[in-house]
Amino acid sequence: MSAGIPVQYFLILATVMFFAGVYGFLTRRNLITILMSVELILNSVNINFLAFNRYLYPHKMEGMFFSIFVIAVAACEAAVAIAIIINIYRRFTTINVEDVNEMKF
Amino acid sequence: MTANQYMFILFALMIIVFSVLTVTTRKILRAATFLLFVLVSTSGLYFMLNYQFLAAIQLSLYAGGIVVLIIFSILLTSHISQKFESPGFKKVIFSALASAAGAILAIVTILDYNFSATTIAAKEVNMNAIGKGFLSVDYDGYVLPFEVISILLLASMIGAIVIAKKGGPAKVQTTTLNKE
Repeated sequence: MSAGIPVQYFLILATVMFFAGVYGFLTRRNLITILMSVELILNSVNINFLAFNRYLYPHKMEGMFFSIFVIAVAACEAAVAIAIIINIYRRFTTINVEDVNEMKF
Repeated sequence: MTANQYMFILFALMIIVFSVLTVTTRKILRAATFLLFVLVSTSGLYFMLNYQFLAAIQLSLYAGGIVVLIIFSILLTSHISQKFESPGFKKVIFSALASAAGAILAIVTILDYNFSATTIAAKEVNMNAIGKGFLSVDYDGYVLPFEVISILLLASMIGAIVIAKKGGPAKVQTTTLNKE
């Protein structure tokens, strides 16, 4: 299926996606959009894992297994982050990172 | 050009355009929708690389689970019609410079490096191999990360429940309303 496509194309695609995520992480102020940028970053890393596994080590399965683990970690992170965001919203009635600067219980 | 090259170009364009739109759009629900498009086209790429199981996980867990969770929390925390004020000009310029510099550095390195293609026959990744890999302690087994990830899932599940359940001084608003 991937015949005729060099591995570099996959890596460049993942790079663009990764740095789009970095840009969003730096410019966004809303906590949920920051979380979405993190998801973009994790997803681009998965593409890299799978492209390396398929093109350079097709007789092994390391890349695929670690992509599964990355997806599981991303799901955990999203669940806990959204719980924290909703708790912050209850306490401060905003989720803007510049207004939530009080590390106080 | 063959059909799979056209498919790759289609998926690549969708991923690039929608991931840039995800981080630049000023309406939050649109950002979540664009993120959904990015994740679905990524699962198309996984199908192209012949990882059907992972593509199914990507569709069901990312596109089905995480995006729905994000959309729920958006609906709980912000007004849909609300637009973000655009981030400051200086912030945009410096962030764009930093990410463009990183991207150019990475792309130059990728194009410079000589990836040697292997001639080894590809191993078929079927459900049998995946299940054995997860639960085996041999050289190709991943039972330790599997157990670690299961502990992590349990801990994050408990953590999410405990964090979200906790009541706090947020009740101030309702009590003042009651007094009136």
